[in-house]
Amino acid sequence: MDFNDTPEEAAYRAQVKAWLEVNAAKPFVADNDGEGGGSMAASKAWQAKKAAGGFAQITWPKEWGGQGGTPIQQVIFNQEEAKHPVPPNPFQIGLGMCVPTVATFADQATKDRFVGPALRGEEIWCQLFSEPSGGSDVAAARTKAVRATDGSGDWIISGQKVWTTGAQFSDFGIVVCRTNPEAPKHKGLTMFWLDMHAPGVEVKPIHQMSGGSGFNEVFFTDVRVKDSQRVGALDDGWKVSLVTLMNERLAVGGASGAGWQEFMEAARSVPGLDGQAALKDASLREKLADWYVQAEGLKHTRNRTMTALSRGQTPGPESSIGKIVSALQMQDLGNTAVEMLDQFGIIDDPDLAPLHAAFHTSVMFSPGLRIAGGTDEILKNIIAERVLGMPGDIRVDKDVAFKDMPTGR
Amino acid sequence: MLTREETYEAGKTGRIGHAMNFDFSDEQKFLKTEARKFLDANCGSDKVRKVLDDEANSHDEALWKGVAAQGWLGAAIPEAFGGLGLGHLELCIIAEELGRAVAPIPFASTVYILAEAVMLAGDDKQKAEILPKIAAGQLIGALATSEGPGVLSAATLKATVSGGKLFGMKIPVTDGDIADLCIVMAKENGQPGLFLVHLNGDGVSRAAVKTLDPTRDAAKLTFDGAPAERLGAAGEGFALLDQILDRAAILMSFEQCGGADKCLEMAKAYALERYAFGRVIASYQAIKHKLADMYVKNELARSNAYYGAWALNTDAPEIPSAASAARIAASEAFWFASKENIQTHGGIGFTWEMDCHLYYRRSRQLSLVIGAPRVWKERLVSHLERRNAA
Repeated sequence: MDFNDTPEEAAYRAQVKAWLEVNAAKPFVADNDGEGGGSMAASKAWQAKKAAGGFAQITWPKEWGGQGGTPIQQVIFNQEEAKHPVPPNPFQIGLGMCVPTVATFADQATKDRFVGPALRGEEIWCQLFSEPSGGSDVAAARTKAVRATDGSGDWIISGQKVWTTGAQFSDFGIVVCRTNPEAPKHKGLTMFWLDMHAPGVEVKPIHQMSGGSGFNEVFFTDVRVKDSQRVGALDDGWKVSLVTLMNERLAVGGASGAGWQEFMEAARSVPGLDGQAALKDASLREKLADWYVQAEGLKHTRNRTMTALSRGQTPGPESSIGKIVSALQMQDLGNTAVEMLDQFGIIDDPDLAPLHAAFHTSVMFSPGLRIAGGTDEILKNIIAERVLGMPGDIRVDKDVAFKDMPTGR
Repeated sequence: MLTREETYEAGKTGRIGHAMNFDFSDEQKFLKTEARKFLDANCGSDKVRKVLDDEANSHDEALWKGVAAQGWLGAAIPEAFGGLGLGHLELCIIAEELGRAVAPIPFASTVYILAEAVMLAGDDKQKAEILPKIAAGQLIGALATSEGPGVLSAATLKATVSGGKLFGMKIPVTDGDIADLCIVMAKENGQPGLFLVHLNGDGVSRAAVKTLDPTRDAAKLTFDGAPAERLGAAGEGFALLDQILDRAAILMSFEQCGGADKCLEMAKAYALERYAFGRVIASYQAIKHKLADMYVKNELARSNAYYGAWALNTDAPEIPSAASAARIAASEAFWFASKENIQTHGGIGFTWEMDCHLYYRRSRQLSLVIGAPRVWKERLVSHLERRNAA
C-alpha cells in the first residue's frame, strides 16, 4: 500500500508533464462570467491543442483520435492538467456521454462527421433527457417524435426538455423522444441527434433559486430531423440512453466550494460564545471534526477507485457514495457557517461580508446539487439495488401503455 | 472516469502526482480469506455466547491459543522478538476479521496496545522480555487509565508512583481481570507518566466489573505499593499515551469496520427473507435507504481506516490525524450499523437469541475503550488547529 506510480505510470506521467509544460505554460485569464460562456474561445483553443497532442480523450480508440489508453492514464493527465491554469472544460458532456453514444450506434459517415470536430472542441454537444414531467423518471419523457406525413421518412419533434447543461452554447444534442405512446413507457422511446441551430429549437436559460443560470429549458416546435439522425433502433431509446447515463453519475462531480479548511479559517476570526473565537465553541468543533472525517473518507475512497483503475480493475461500488455525501455536507457546512455569524449571517452581500460569500453560495447552491445527476433518494436506491442487491421498487407503470399512465400534472 | 475536479481534489492529499496503490495486495487479501476461514471454524457465535452467558468465563481460551498458534499475536512483532515480522497492514487485516467475528479474546489489549506500546517506547530489555511472550501467547496485556466517570486529564489523575511503587485505583480496565502485564497511567513527582505493572505480583487486587459487553471483560484494579517500572521517558505522560492510543485506534478501526460490515450483511440477509404486507421488507424504500446509509458510512470508515493503515505501516507524520479520523468514522459506522441492524430485524432483533446485540454491545465497547468519539473529535480539531496555524 503506497501512493506511488508504477514504472509505466511514472513514464506516462513524465511524458504528460513534458507536454503540458510546453503547451499549457501561458496562464489563462478567466472572463469570470460565472457560467463558462465567456471563456469559450480560450476553452476551444485549449481543447484543440489537447486534440492535436492526442490528449483530448486518452481512452478513446486511435481511430477516433484517442490513444487507446487506460483510464488511469486519463487520471494521470487530469492530475497533471489540474496543476496548470487551464480554461474551463465545456466539452465533457459531449465527449463523455453524447458523442460516444452516437458513435456506438451510427454509421461510418456520421462518425467521421462528428467525432473529430467534437474532439477538437469545434462543436459542443448537450444531452436532452430530463423533462418537466420526469427528472428521476427519465423514461416518462413526453417530448414526441412523429413521422412526417410527406413520405420523406423524416421525424417531427415537439415538446420540452429541461435542466439542459450548456444548451445555450451547444451545436448539437442527443434527445430522447416518445415514438410509441401505445407501448409501456420504456418501450416507446427513440433517441435522435439534432442540430441545436435547427428551426424550431429554442433555448431559454433557467433562473435558478441561487440566482444564476447554468442550465436551460429547451423547447422543440415541429423540429424536423432525418431518419438517419436516429441513434439506435426505433423504440429502443431507453437502452440507448442507458449507455449515456452510465457515464453521468461519474461525470457529475462532488461538491466544490467551501470545505472544512475555509470553515476553520472563518471560525478563527468570528466571535463565538463568551467572546472567544467561534472556533472555541464545542458544538462547532465537533461538526468540524465530522466534516474533516467525511472529506478524508471521500478523498481516500477516490484513492481506492484510482487504485482499482491502476490495477486494471473496474472500480468497486464504493465510488457511488461521493455526491450523496459531499452535497449534504455542502449544505450543512454552509448553513452552520451562516449560523455561526449569528444575526449578521442573513447578509448575503460580498461587499459587506466578503469572507463569508462562499458559505452563502453553498447554502443557496447545495439544494440543486442534491438533485442534479441523481437525487439523494435515487442514489440511495441505486446503492440498495445495484450495490447491495435489494429488489427494485414495485412498478405500477411497467405494463401500462404510456398513453394510459396516470400523470398528475 | 473521474472528472478533473475530482482528481484535483484527490491530488490535494499533498501526494498529487501519483496514480495510487491504495489497497491491500493479493497476498494480504489471501491472508484475509484464511483468517476468515479460521474464525468461521473457531469463533462462531456459539463460542462468543459461551463467554457472554457465563460470568465466570472471561474469554475464549481455546481461541486465544488458536490465534497464538496462527502467529497472529506476533504478526507485527519483529522476528528478532519471536514475531512473524509482517507489517501492520497484515495486522489490520486480522483485526478486521476479529471484529467481524466479535472475537471474545484480549487481542486488542495485548496486541494493539501493549505490544505496540513496547515497540514504540520500550527499552531493549523491556522489548526482549515482553514481546516474545506476547507472540507466544504467554502474556496478556491491559491498559489502565480511567479512574471514574468522565475524561481523564492531568488535573484529575490521582494514581501515583513513589519510590517505584504504585498506589491508586483504576476502573474500568478492559481485560484487567486476566491480564499479566498492565500499562498504568500515574503521577510521579507530580508528572503524569506510563508504568508497567505485573498484575500477578504484590500490591495488586482485582475485582471484575459488569460491562455493556460481557464478551470483553473488565475489572477494577487497586494498587497498594505494586512495583512499577517506567515505560518511556519521565514526564512523557499524556503525549506518549496519545501516541499509543493513535496506533491502537487505527487497528481498532479495522475491528469496527469488520463489525459494521457484518451488521450490514445481517440486515440485508434478514430484509431479503422477511415478508410484511405481502412482500419482502427489502423492497421498501425505508429499509433500502437505511441500508444505503449504512453502506455509505461503512465505506467512509473503511477509506479512513485504510489511510490509517498506510500511516501506521509507514510510521508517517500523518498518524495523529489519520488515527483520529479512522476512529471517529469507524465508531460512527459501527454504532449506526449495529443499531439499525436491530431496527431492520424488528422484534426478533431485540431478543437475546438473535446475534444483533452481540454487535451492538461490541460497538459500545470499541467506541468507549480508548476514549469516546467526542474526545477524539476534540483531539482531531486541536491537531488541525495547530497544523493549520503552523
